[in-house]
Amino acid sequence: MSPTATRKAAAPAPRLDVRKTYKLYIGGAFPRSESGRSYVVSDTKGRFLANASQASRKDARDAVVAARAAFPGWAGATAYNRGQVLYRVAEVMEGRFDQFVDEVSAAEGLTAARARATVAAAIDRWVWYAGWTDKLAQVLGGLNPVAGPYFDISAPEPTGVVAALAPQSSSLLGLVSVVAPIVVSGNTCVVVTSGARPLPAVTLSEALATSDVPGGVINLLTGQAAEIAPWLASHRDVNAIDLTGAAGADGVVWGDLEVAAADNVKRVLRPGGNGATAVEPDWTITPDLRRVRAFLETKTVWHPKGR
Amino acid sequence: MPRFEYAPAPESRSVVDIRSSYGLFIGGEFVESSGDASFKTISPATEEVLADITEATADDVDRAVRSARQAYRGVWGRMSGADRGKYLFRIARIMQERAREFAVLETLDNGKPIKESRDVDIPLAAAHFFYHAGWADKLEYAGLAPAGGRPPRPIGVVGQVIPWNFPLLMLSWKIAPALACGNTVVLKPAETTPLTALLFAEVCQQADLPPGVVNIVTGAGDTGRALVEHPGVDKIAFTGSTEVGKAIARTIAGTRVRATLELGGKAANIVFDDAPVDQAVEGIVNGIFFNQGHVCCAGSRLLVQEPVHDEVIRKLKRRLTTIRVGDPLDKNTDLGAINSAAQLDRIRELSGIAEAEGAVRWSPPCELPSRGFWFPPTVFTGVAQTHRIAQEEVFGPVLSVLTFRTPQEAVAKANNTPYGLSAGVWTDKGSRILWMADQLRAGVVWANTFNKFDPTSPFGGFKESGYGREGGRHGLEGYVTTGDDQ
Repeated sequence: MSPTATRKAAAPAPRLDVRKTYKLYIGGAFPRSESGRSYVVSDTKGRFLANASQASRKDARDAVVAARAAFPGWAGATAYNRGQVLYRVAEVMEGRFDQFVDEVSAAEGLTAARARATVAAAIDRWVWYAGWTDKLAQVLGGLNPVAGPYFDISAPEPTGVVAALAPQSSSLLGLVSVVAPIVVSGNTCVVVTSGARPLPAVTLSEALATSDVPGGVINLLTGQAAEIAPWLASHRDVNAIDLTGAAGADGVVWGDLEVAAADNVKRVLRPGGNGATAVEPDWTITPDLRRVRAFLETKTVWHPKGR
Repeated sequence: MPRFEYAPAPESRSVVDIRSSYGLFIGGEFVESSGDASFKTISPATEEVLADITEATADDVDRAVRSARQAYRGVWGRMSGADRGKYLFRIARIMQERAREFAVLETLDNGKPIKESRDVDIPLAAAHFFYHAGWADKLEYAGLAPAGGRPPRPIGVVGQVIPWNFPLLMLSWKIAPALACGNTVVLKPAETTPLTALLFAEVCQQADLPPGVVNIVTGAGDTGRALVEHPGVDKIAFTGSTEVGKAIARTIAGTRVRATLELGGKAANIVFDDAPVDQAVEGIVNGIFFNQGHVCCAGSRLLVQEPVHDEVIRKLKRRLTTIRVGDPLDKNTDLGAINSAAQLDRIRELSGIAEAEGAVRWSPPCELPSRGFWFPPTVFTGVAQTHRIAQEEVFGPVLSVLTFRTPQEAVAKANNTPYGLSAGVWTDKGSRILWMADQLRAGVVWANTFNKFDPTSPFGGFKESGYGREGGRHGLEGYVTTGDDQ
């Protein structure tokens, strides 16, 4: 035995890390897929990262049930309360900053600096939307000066349960940029994460679970959009669908999903791009209210005036 | 006490001059179809043939879309907002000047009472043009574009398909905002009620509206389909049945064509035990018998709190015995003719099913004319949520009565429908009105009133009642493109 080998054996062994099991996020809990399936997630160089749960049709249905159950409470919460909860998401994400940087870097093949900028932008996006909760009704609603003795007021309301295809490429910033404008107004959602880059979404769900977002408000399903999206598009208890993540999703024809969505007159937010093509937006651009408006209803209330 | 009968008080027909046949309004003039198909429009009150109407072919629709495109690329697209507005003001004024003519024509073609076309449809239609005229040069103030972004821009050529229940009013809801925002339009009126749209074409001529800005193609489902499927149309605006609305949504799926859909409804009209009952009864009558119940937002489901059920029904029935059914042109008529034989069949069918399912049917004694399409005001009591009469849109003068005990139950029953267009609440308690308004999943909530409309007030539904709003600042949203929208 050589002296070198002796010294090596004497040094403390590097700690064997405890790896995370990446699961779905439904109704505030972390179940595995009811189908028992998982799939291999690799980094951009093809190295193994983890086995992610592969959500099924039934998982999607469970998630819709959870989202529907959560809707009255979330929509009925005060705007101030929703704003604080969404701001809290940013706080909790900030505390896991390095973890998000590692995962985004691995998922998207970014340099550490770019990954840091991306995570920072994702956190700041929550802050931006958190500040909107108690301003939307003033900015988008108002008194209608009708020609008669009536008080007549219009205000935005959430449309209900929204299904969303999260962007395939931008695993965290794109995901947050899709989810935040849905929930800011009181909608609840079922989100199919990026198929190939699902791990930052799972970590986001852990941040959500510890930041006062009520269970069921945001449900995250890892898996393949091509498998799950048709069931969400045709689901009768889903009020709207965001097809942003159709861009670059294997086997997804967004027009087919829009056809299915017509069965119960879902509100459809089409993917970016022209014609039938779908292009993932540039998520670094400061958002506007377009995505928020896509999932709002205007309610108008009349009442007579009189002595 | 003796009961005094009303003397007949018919509005004169002499104010209208109906031509024996009408062409299509394309490129600013009436033109002949590429085909030779036509159909008759009749008075539903008498079945008298009023005129021969051209059935536009797909080629005709193509010609109309091209004409609209040319106007959009040319004169209308280049025109200042201020000048667009002035054209709309002109149109509003001409509609007011010719209001009586429009009212009589509407009543003849549609069957609705003259007091409604004269006092509601036509004045509101003119008001819609007047209101939107002012927006044409103020769109950047409408809060539609992102802060610091480009001002809102028109979408292009809009295809518009409207129903027969408020022919001119629906035309104005469609055309006024479209033009104010700088779009050009091809509009298809309903096949049973084309006449006021064709008279509106004359208004466009009198206003010297540039050719091609408004095109009107008459026809039935095939013409509408040709318009919706036309690749040169950038946006579809539709008011009509949920079934057709879904078909339109499927047609444009996977394209960049946009749509606003104003579809069916099954509104609950909710009466609490503290409501002023006489007022509520008037509201119930207005809610379901206005325009023969041919109203997408009609209060067709009466939800009465149990303690006042008997009193409300007794007073409602007494009130209904005074409803005057008959000649729509008579100024004292409350309930006119059903718009078509097909609609009458539908109302009869659903009413028959309601009886078969166990609901109790009641109508006041009333004599219906022997010619034309008529249905008496009808009330079904003892209706259950599961009855088809409580779930499906009847689109006729038929009221279903259900009961509830608690506000929560009223909300659950009111929302238990795929629709979500409108709702009514009758109570003296202010906090309850506001709580109910929050809970009801409907686009319009009328509290202690019903069936009120105004150009400044956004109208449109939740859920399967459609998407998009018409009227007000919100109604402009469907006719502009902003920010990074394509």
